[in-house]
Amino acid sequence: MATGIKDKVVILGMGCAKFGERWDREADDLMVEAFEEAIADAGIDKNEINAAWLSTAIEEVHAGKSGIPLAMALRLPYIPVTRVENYCASGTEAFRGAAYAVASGAADIALALGVEKLKDTGYGGLPQRSRGVLNSMYWANLSAPGAFAQLAAAYRAKHGVDKADLKRAMAHVSVKSHDNGSKNPKAHLRNKINEEAVLNAPMIAEPLGLYDCCGVSDGAACAILTSPEIARSLGKKDLIAVKALQLAVSNGVESQHNSWDGSYFATARIASTRAYQEAGIDNPRQEINLIEAHDCFSITELVTMEDLHISPEGGAIKDVLDGFYDSDGKIPCQIDGGLKCFGHPIGASGLRMIYEVYLQMLGRAGERQRATPPVRGLTHNLGGFPHQNVCSVAIVGRYGA
Amino acid sequence: MIGITAFGGYIPRLRLSRKAIVDANAWANAGLRAYGRDERSMCNWDEDSLTMAVEAARDCLTGVPRDAVKALYFASTTFPFEDRQNSGVAAEALNLKDELETLDLAASQRAATSGLIAALKAAGSGPLLFVAADKRRARAGSTQELLWGDGAAALLLGSENPVAEFLGSYSEAVDFVDHYRGQYREFDYQWEERWIRDEGYAKIVPPVLDGLFRKTGVQPADVAHFVFPCTYARLPQSIARKAGLREEGVRGNMHAVCGETGAAHPLVMLVDCLEAAKPGDLILVAGFGQGCDALLFRAGDALPKLAPRSGIKGSLERRKAETNYSKFLAFNDLTAIERGMRAEADKQTALSTLYRKKDMLLGLVGGRCERCDTVQFPKSNVCVNPNCNAIHSQVDHPFADTPARIRSYTADRLTYTPDPPAHYGMVEFEGGGRLMSDFSDVDEGRVEVGMPMRMAFRIKEYDPQRGFTKYFWKAVPA
Repeated sequence: MATGIKDKVVILGMGCAKFGERWDREADDLMVEAFEEAIADAGIDKNEINAAWLSTAIEEVHAGKSGIPLAMALRLPYIPVTRVENYCASGTEAFRGAAYAVASGAADIALALGVEKLKDTGYGGLPQRSRGVLNSMYWANLSAPGAFAQLAAAYRAKHGVDKADLKRAMAHVSVKSHDNGSKNPKAHLRNKINEEAVLNAPMIAEPLGLYDCCGVSDGAACAILTSPEIARSLGKKDLIAVKALQLAVSNGVESQHNSWDGSYFATARIASTRAYQEAGIDNPRQEINLIEAHDCFSITELVTMEDLHISPEGGAIKDVLDGFYDSDGKIPCQIDGGLKCFGHPIGASGLRMIYEVYLQMLGRAGERQRATPPVRGLTHNLGGFPHQNVCSVAIVGRYGA
Repeated sequence: MIGITAFGGYIPRLRLSRKAIVDANAWANAGLRAYGRDERSMCNWDEDSLTMAVEAARDCLTGVPRDAVKALYFASTTFPFEDRQNSGVAAEALNLKDELETLDLAASQRAATSGLIAALKAAGSGPLLFVAADKRRARAGSTQELLWGDGAAALLLGSENPVAEFLGSYSEAVDFVDHYRGQYREFDYQWEERWIRDEGYAKIVPPVLDGLFRKTGVQPADVAHFVFPCTYARLPQSIARKAGLREEGVRGNMHAVCGETGAAHPLVMLVDCLEAAKPGDLILVAGFGQGCDALLFRAGDALPKLAPRSGIKGSLERRKAETNYSKFLAFNDLTAIERGMRAEADKQTALSTLYRKKDMLLGLVGGRCERCDTVQFPKSNVCVNPNCNAIHSQVDHPFADTPARIRSYTADRLTYTPDPPAHYGMVEFEGGGRLMSDFSDVDEGRVEVGMPMRMAFRIKEYDPQRGFTKYFWKAVPA
């Protein structure tokens, strides 16, 4: 097997714009906002960056195609800029591109920046967009909540869970994320909610109500990566290193072959297994200290806890209700509010997750700082639909740990 | 011996209460109150003449190999396409063979009866599938809105073992303009009802019946069933009496259960009649519209042996009462309803893609791997079975008539649909294959994992910018 990415690349600096309804900002404003923080954190000059990756997912409603929007916004000095899009895993893809560039030696210092400006459509929820000419002619008329809502139906059928019990566990997921988000000044949604509010919220796609769905936000986040040697030569201590970068992409089995029962993410199970292997983790429930999962919907987070091999299959409801994933639990999940409350500017989300893990490891997370800084953190993105998706799992941790 | 060898029918599941129509409109026209009883059939938002015709045809072809059909004629005054052969679309949906004679018959309420006469004359060369469907659009608050309904019927014509033998026909063409719809006009223009009744039906129909009896030598008193669509109360009985037909043989016009289904109605009523007829019964079918057609059939010994099917009876039993008149207005684009910005998304159809994938999109034809036998949708270059993945191994495999069950579902209030919430989910086909499919004809709160479904040919969406109706298949409760 390949030796993997573990400890070959470290984070030199990170930045994140405030997420939310940024009515007064363009995509390039958000890019600059995230970049200013990251470049200051990295302590380098912009001209030292050798290559850049830009992640955007629904670029047609803001910056447009190609790497040019990033090169223009930052006035990058004619370096290679590659735009990546892989649904909601786009941000992690930009990070992966930059990390691989450093690991290969092709770049000393590489930039990954994700941005999304989603609030210029005139309506709530994700923008309408083409699914491809043929797909539009036969795919079900599905929205993101409608696709993910089906996890609940299949999960209930498989595990014999009562509708109300599942809905209550899902409510706990959202209440927890709102509690966490309230402590995060960059979060889109900072209000606390209670279980009753979740259960009585208007239905979006059965059984997902309004509070089972994450925010659709404007925002940007970025990472500047380099090798451990260069980081040290720049005087950096407390290095945070990349431990694993894995991606699993559906090949049609879930959507076209009856071997998948609809209650879990086939891709997440594979991507996380490979990530633990790459990072040298044998028992994730013991060795992972922090999780930023792709909680686009409450049910996604709940099911994902099993697919990441943290909760046993069928056991996520118990762990969630026991507070295992709360900010003061064994493994906090979405300690920054998650997609649910920090917000979900798609192309930036994967980078935002790594940003939070990075801050927590360095003890820089302010009011929401975990008392004992985590050593290993996992971030997870899920792009597309449960029946056909792109799943990314990244693990970052203290260098050498 | 030429005749009808099989039949099928389709009435949409929704039945709009006439009281709901009258309650909404009687303020403007008190005369409507006379029609406030019972219900009319009403297409779901994703149904039209073409989808109803396909359903009726599928019902008619129960147990008949699709390859046997040599011709498909389709009669309607409400074709979704004025210039794109509608029978050709139906033929694709029915997965009929390419060597096929197709013909659209239109422009008169006699489209089906006149077309049927021509088809019976042509049916000697092999099984001919004859379908008729109408979804007539009337102005809100009009009498027609109350009298009309939506529906379809299909007949298989041929010489092998007819369930009803064709004995002959007689027609007269009279340019009596009781109503008309000019080119580029949305609605019919209608003349006075008393004039239509007294100067039209009462004077034009009787000589045609006489002509039929003269031509066939059949005694009127021997006719068991008189199938004659007519919305005027007691007029068919009066015409029957004058013609020497037995008054009790006059078939009901189905006003109470579905309303008059336009050009399809003579056939809808005929199928309804065949479901009740006994071998040996003589059946007279008349159609009125700028003249009159009369056709005579004799039910054969094969009639009771015909394989069970839904027919008109079955589709009338598959009923959902609708009391929301606003919904009817919205479904028929009779009101400028707010559809939300999501409805503005332009998903134009690439006609080249549609043609390349017509078996898949119109016929719901997928693939079967010849290596591992896995059936799958869509058909693809590489087998989806993870233990096979054979390349170029798939042959056509039709899914349209395969029973399915729900594996997962949702009711979505975010996505745009003319009838929220949008129900959809993963359905699994018996014997393999699955599809994340739109559902139709389901009731909110009554969908569950494991529910049995069948596939139905429906409107996927309508492109208002280009006037193009897109069709695909949806899962409906079995």
